[in-house]
Amino acid sequence: MTALFEGLLRLGDTTLILSHRVSEWCGHAPALEEDIALANTALDLIGQAQMWLGLAAEVEGAGRSADDLAYLRDVWEFRNFLLVERPNVDFGHTIMRQCLFDQWNGLMLNHLSGSTDDRIAAIAQKAAKEAAYHTERSADLVIALGDGTKESHARMQSALDAFWPYVGEMFTADPVDTELARDGVFPDLASLRAPWDARINEIFASATLHKPDSAFAHQGGKSGKHTEHLGHLLTTMQWLQRAYPGATW
Amino acid sequence: MVATAAEVWAVLATVPDPEIPAISLVDLGVIRAVEWQNDLLTVTLTPTYSGCPATRVIAMDVEVALRDHGVQNLKLETQLAPPWTTDWISDAGRAKLEAYGIAPPQPAGGPAHCPLCKSQAVERISQFGSTPCKAQWRCQTCLEPFDYFKCI
Repeated sequence: MTALFEGLLRLGDTTLILSHRVSEWCGHAPALEEDIALANTALDLIGQAQMWLGLAAEVEGAGRSADDLAYLRDVWEFRNFLLVERPNVDFGHTIMRQCLFDQWNGLMLNHLSGSTDDRIAAIAQKAAKEAAYHTERSADLVIALGDGTKESHARMQSALDAFWPYVGEMFTADPVDTELARDGVFPDLASLRAPWDARINEIFASATLHKPDSAFAHQGGKSGKHTEHLGHLLTTMQWLQRAYPGATW
Repeated sequence: MVATAAEVWAVLATVPDPEIPAISLVDLGVIRAVEWQNDLLTVTLTPTYSGCPATRVIAMDVEVALRDHGVQNLKLETQLAPPWTTDWISDAGRAKLEAYGIAPPQPAGGPAHCPLCKSQAVERISQFGSTPCKAQWRCQTCLEPFDYFKCI
């Protein structure tokens, strides 16, 4: 498995799994506008997943399609961040997870827009324009809910405390990331941390939220070691293709 | 039977966008190139939003329209770069959007006025609307909610 294929799977699987999690809100959000916004965010993310996994399949050259990668791999073959497979819990958790990811994704896409691989740059330039709307929305909502009522503040702080140990994985380079950064295909992940922290600190200050002090970071998603939650998610997401192999419409 | 690139563009100018049938695919700016090489016609398309479900329907509609006009040997290509922008919506397309009740995209990031009563007193309800490309706004004068085609 080449570093390029692995790196593309990480981008594709992270957007795919987050898309599925966000789509679980369809028909259940606390307000109609939020329901629509979440569904549209999920749709954008699945579009990005299609592009990343499509390129991953092309790079692999084994005759697999983006759909094959999405629907016919099992848990240990997925390379998404652990953060995005965490359950939705409540609206506050969903928005906090989205904000932590959106801030990372915005920075990542800006760097990838200048990737030495033209195919990656083209996807990133396209995705960055859509992701800008996600980044703005999740930050606004974290501020509104964090600096909202006693109840909404408590829920946002509890969401932040719960997700904080999953933040570090987005910035921790392993040999795959290092190889891709050496060739200018990906940015140096550690270099994204300072601008991410700067923006997140501003958001949390406005939201009156306390950033946890712990630097502990769960690892494993990028190498296929997942929490139990991913398997449950895949049983729902992949059910149709597993029950009726090759089904189309 | 269409034989020249100009004739192909003319056919495509009659194919409506599947989500917003008031404007054509040419108005929308998703047709990036039309090229004949001997008897092979290549049409290059670009998606609006990457996850927009209309993208596949657009490709199918283009194929159906061109086959109806006698094109036998057709190749559809997808081009991502440069990424589609709302700046590529034609002036005619903008006018048609407004007449249809959708405020066209503006550099300022919000509608110039209500597409129905033309009042400039408008407010944003949500940055996300009925499709990925639209936001929800409301007119404070006539009180009607309306879609705004947001810039990307």
